[in-house]
Amino acid sequence: MPRIQKLHVNGSDRACDLDAETSLLSALRDHLDLTGTKYGCGEGECGACTVLVNGRPTHSCVTPVGTVEAKQITTIEGLEQNGRLHPVQEAFLEIGAMQCGYCTPGMIMAGVGLLNRKPDPTDQEIVRAMDGNLCRCCTYPRILAAIRKAAELQRRTVK
Amino acid sequence: MSQTPLLSETLEPERYELLAEPDGLSALTRRRFFKLLGGGILIFSLLPEMTPEAQESGGGRRRRGPNGALPQEIGAWLHIGEDGAVTVYTGKTEVGQNIRTSLAQQVAEELRVPLASVRMVMADTERTPFDMGTFGSRTTPTMGPQLRKAAASARQLLRELAAQQWQTAPGSLRVEAGKVLDPQNGRALTFGQLTKGQKLAKAVREEIPLTPAAQWTIAGKSAPKIAGRAFVTGAHKYTSDMKLPGMLYGKVLRPPAFKAKRLSLDTRQAEAMPGVTVVRDGDFVGVAAPNPQLAERAIEAIQAEWETSPQPSSRELYTYLKTHPAEAQRPGGSEPETQGAIRDGLAAAAHTLQATYTIAYIAHAPLEPRAAVAQWENGKLTVWTGTQRPFGVRGELAQAFEMPESRIRVIVPDTGSGYGGKHTGESAIEAARLAKAAGKPVKLVWTREEEFTWAYFRPAGVIEVTGGVQQDGTLTAWEFHNYNSGGAAIRTPYAVPHQHIEFHPTDSPLRQGSYRALAATANHFARESHMDDLAHAVGMDPLAFRLKNLQDERLRAVFQAAADRFGWGKAQPAPGQGFGIAGGLEKGGYVATCAEVSVDSVKGAVHIKRVVTAFDCGAVVNPDHLRNQIEGANIMGIGGAFYEGMEFENGKLLNPRFSGYRVPRFTDIPTIEVVLVDRKDLPSVGAGETPIVGLAPAVGNAIFAATGTRLRSLPMIPKGLKA
Repeated sequence: MPRIQKLHVNGSDRACDLDAETSLLSALRDHLDLTGTKYGCGEGECGACTVLVNGRPTHSCVTPVGTVEAKQITTIEGLEQNGRLHPVQEAFLEIGAMQCGYCTPGMIMAGVGLLNRKPDPTDQEIVRAMDGNLCRCCTYPRILAAIRKAAELQRRTVK
Repeated sequence: MSQTPLLSETLEPERYELLAEPDGLSALTRRRFFKLLGGGILIFSLLPEMTPEAQESGGGRRRRGPNGALPQEIGAWLHIGEDGAVTVYTGKTEVGQNIRTSLAQQVAEELRVPLASVRMVMADTERTPFDMGTFGSRTTPTMGPQLRKAAASARQLLRELAAQQWQTAPGSLRVEAGKVLDPQNGRALTFGQLTKGQKLAKAVREEIPLTPAAQWTIAGKSAPKIAGRAFVTGAHKYTSDMKLPGMLYGKVLRPPAFKAKRLSLDTRQAEAMPGVTVVRDGDFVGVAAPNPQLAERAIEAIQAEWETSPQPSSRELYTYLKTHPAEAQRPGGSEPETQGAIRDGLAAAAHTLQATYTIAYIAHAPLEPRAAVAQWENGKLTVWTGTQRPFGVRGELAQAFEMPESRIRVIVPDTGSGYGGKHTGESAIEAARLAKAAGKPVKLVWTREEEFTWAYFRPAGVIEVTGGVQQDGTLTAWEFHNYNSGGAAIRTPYAVPHQHIEFHPTDSPLRQGSYRALAATANHFARESHMDDLAHAVGMDPLAFRLKNLQDERLRAVFQAAADRFGWGKAQPAPGQGFGIAGGLEKGGYVATCAEVSVDSVKGAVHIKRVVTAFDCGAVVNPDHLRNQIEGANIMGIGGAFYEGMEFENGKLLNPRFSGYRVPRFTDIPTIEVVLVDRKDLPSVGAGETPIVGLAPAVGNAIFAATGTRLRSLPMIPKGLKA
């Protein structure tokens, strides 16, 4: 089986030595100690493991590392820049869009991925884009509000 | 447990008290405290009268005391260090209900310090006092007042210390912003200056006056979640995120079905894998390996043969429950509640209605599955695990390993939710077995399928209701039988002269336990659906019918508040649209929910468009977090109301994964409006559970209003609404 020796994570090359079949989730959590990305179901149904692969939200639990070797991977740990939170992170805090917080990193990554390709989404577009992410505490209305808020914050920063 | 006279200190704030020996703590305990905490002042609060939470799983019973390490009567304590730092110690766990924040707010309020200066140490059996567990909505009504009294007592003690230094009367001094002030001359001493060089331990002054809710400036306000930043950056370490030096990863061999017996076992292949430890201990078989992939391969390499036995399936569940009364008396009791005579009540009725309601088993499915990290060091066991009962899990570990609790420490990192589903310590015991055999720390994280399969479920049930009503809408008879689902909120809040209400414990095909609001959801679903039918039988508006038969002022008030915000009775529903209302009370909280649904009868689709919930839980401690709980409870309730139900056959679950077990998603969310009835004149009670009970009946009633179809099963529409 081919081995994967390197992954591009959060802007830097990270050395590893993994079967190509190893899930990206386990590579991040167990081998690179990036535990912000969570396990929730192992079948791509809950979104707790969402990361960005070349900017697109991806369920890392069903993504073998062999398929992302040459790609840019962004995890929740990579969002903060020079001590400044990403607007989506800021919005989650401002709205209080969590209870236990376990789904939060996946939700934020899905939100960042959405705003990357659609800076001003409608509520319907947010719901559609986020429907693969579960929050068992069911803080969905707040997460929806936080994504809306983040879009607004981002527009303000751009101007 | 009652307080011993020695400990129930009610002292007058006299200066000589400061020189007296600390009350209620032995010199040894006192020394241990200060060794642990450093100098300063310590206020300890005594356990309130314990209320049996009969229906909670695990019994909530206190197995053994903490071996004299700390006095068993202490419920919580508060320490102000020599640097003025305020630290609160409580055995409660944070699972997303945000009590880390709400308890800290209450302490800050009484102590007159900024919220940011209160640090909460929670759920660590070595550092926090005994606590039965975080369930039953008990944190706010019991731990809240305990900590408020502790903080108020500390404030009083600090005032006395300052008065002693200044040779003045304590009553003339003020406490604010972490200082004691003398308004007459402007001099001030910080808490740190006052606690420097002290080693004072005092019991809470039980009679100390607390700041009334109407005067709160820190409690009663919407403080954000403490340490929220760690959750949005992924920095917070849940149990499943932990890593200890040299740690191995565990996996457990699972039987193919419940009650399966192992006939043979061959672990040779797994044992031959370099780095793998195979552990056999009675029925337990597991492996530990340096990485999860190897652990996975090792467990798959184990050959085992099993004998399974025929078991009831979900198809015949309700017949089974009706025909299998429990052999042993179960807590929760089966003593019927009776009033008058049902026969007389039915004879006086113009209409009688009889119906049967069914309730499926459902899973909590907390997004963080069970996980534990176990470490043995010098004969001492430390386990980090997500549980709502750290002290209960310590007891389970003591039993499993036949060792004293004093050599076991259970620590609960803020956990990825529970909803009543994390009362037990399975993963803790498994991780500890593996770690013991491997001689290294072991982390075990259950898979989603393991969490579905080997945790426990909300009890399934059958509920039979007979109601009688006069033509003017006066209830005359109410007979209510709950089989297996539970006795929580089984009594009707409505005034009915002739009643018979009974809980019938039965054998349960699946392992069952607590779930958010327990059986209050099932009992409200049956009761409030039936009330709706009775209202229609006499041609009355469902709200007017309820109010006519309801005397409880607080419940009337939330019904009215929800109806007002919803615009109940104002708009005529369009075709395919329906409005429903339901409410009740449980655990000291009062709830009423109105729902609007739209039904597409061709597609069989139902969408909940709008939900309005009014809630009264006494004085509100944190309005934003309370709203968050009420919104979340309503949406979580959609799962149990519409979709969720365990399917099983011969001891096997047929849908133990999210792809086969539908929980609420973004596409399900209605517009939710919350009306907080803030009763500053009444004690605060919990809010994590009761707001869930109104959703299912309100929505069922709305579907009835829209279609004339009465849905009497939870879940109501697992496969859509049949035309």
